[in-house]
Amino acid sequence: MLQKMYDWVDERLNITPMWRDLADHEVPEHVNPAHHFSAFVYCFGGLTFFITVIQILSGMFLTMYYVPDIINAYESVKYLQNEVAFGSIVRAMHHWGASLVIVMMFLHTLRVFFTGAYKKPRELNWVVGVLIFFVMLGLGFTGYLLPWDNTAYFATKVGLQIADSVPLIGPYAKMLLTGGEIVGAQTLTRFFAIHVFFLPAGLFGLLAAHFVMIRSQGISGPL
Amino acid sequence: MAKQDKDATFVGDSRVSAKRIPNISPSYSDFPGKTEPFWPNFLLKEWMVAAVCLVGFLILTVSHPSPLTDKANPNDTSFLPLPDWYFLFLYQLLKYKWASGDWVVIGILGIPGIAFGALMLAPWLDAGKERRPSKRPVATGLMLTALVGIFYLTWAANDEAQHLKHKNSAGSDPGTPPAAEAPAPAESSFTADAVWKAQQSCMGCHGKDLEGGMGPNLQTIGSKLDAAQIADIIKNGVPPAMPGGMIKDDAEIQKLADYLASLK
Repeated sequence: MLQKMYDWVDERLNITPMWRDLADHEVPEHVNPAHHFSAFVYCFGGLTFFITVIQILSGMFLTMYYVPDIINAYESVKYLQNEVAFGSIVRAMHHWGASLVIVMMFLHTLRVFFTGAYKKPRELNWVVGVLIFFVMLGLGFTGYLLPWDNTAYFATKVGLQIADSVPLIGPYAKMLLTGGEIVGAQTLTRFFAIHVFFLPAGLFGLLAAHFVMIRSQGISGPL
Repeated sequence: MAKQDKDATFVGDSRVSAKRIPNISPSYSDFPGKTEPFWPNFLLKEWMVAAVCLVGFLILTVSHPSPLTDKANPNDTSFLPLPDWYFLFLYQLLKYKWASGDWVVIGILGIPGIAFGALMLAPWLDAGKERRPSKRPVATGLMLTALVGIFYLTWAANDEAQHLKHKNSAGSDPGTPPAAEAPAPAESSFTADAVWKAQQSCMGCHGKDLEGGMGPNLQTIGSKLDAAQIADIIKNGVPPAMPGGMIKDDAEIQKLADYLASLK
């Protein structure tokens, strides 16, 4: 039955090459922890993606309650944290996941670096990976303000001060982020938009490029 | 992507090739050892690892609810500003004298700019064919140095923040006069004089019978400070919490200070 349905779609859309890229390929021994336990270092990339998926899903649920304005932002987070069923768990997943994704990505970067996997022909994938790293840091920075508590507020102030001290472009970057002279209503809505629309859009594009390149180039060989 | 034959025949007017491309996966025969199909063998193992990680992660989220401090208050000068932990190394770097002030270019562009730029350009900076870390000592050494630097700076920033927090919670800020230190226990039978009751702006923090609240208890303030010191505090305030200049009239300040100094 399933085979028939697959054949029916395949006859019309020729999905077999896609299926092959997605699932029908072999995993070489040197990256398989079942054969060499030390190959667990090859798991960090997949775990980064796994936690990214958790971040996307939990973030989608958070926006069901979150209100991005300075009057209600804090109250809505507090309500979510204390009143909504499983709200504190969803928020904790997003909160701790944000740190975990950085940790996993850091470990993945180190694995790729120390196995020299960024060398020819995989230079472009390395550059895309570093860009993903920056986008993730941006997501962490903008997301940190959204609960609008003291921790968030002062962390953002410090972060914007750092941005401000960059020569030449610093003041403009700061103005672009704050949307005014002070960290206030404009800043919160801008950070929300950047956190929920701009950076995720960039992230999806970069992740797609990252994965397409892995599939077309294959995984790097053993050392 | 599969290459289509040049002489592919198409069905009707559709672009779907009539010739089916055989479903054969690319081989990893170049690599030594046992390969394993991704689907379903390896994916099953991957899912098991992911499930274990997910359980661990959920235990973390249940046992450690995410923190939420008080609502953002820009006037709260006692709150210790600190970026999220993965920015601490940069924050700490910018605290050093040689990387801030006139030298901020070093702290902002010099060190992090070169480090992240080098990270981005690693494939071209380290273009040799050799992949083993031991065979490319420069790249390995630089990365290890950067790692030690990042770990040290993060640790130093956290250490400093813990010290400051500890100091703040002990309440012994060296700059503040002793009055702010040890508030006397509130006496419920104590009733303030009319001189005090006239000062609405003071009562907000110190209580309507001087019992304290946001600010310290002043029921026995006279035993610690004399009238001149109290008058000075009323005029100039005590940073960070107490604002000065709430009472404009000097004679009124003197009257209130005399009254407070008489409370022993």
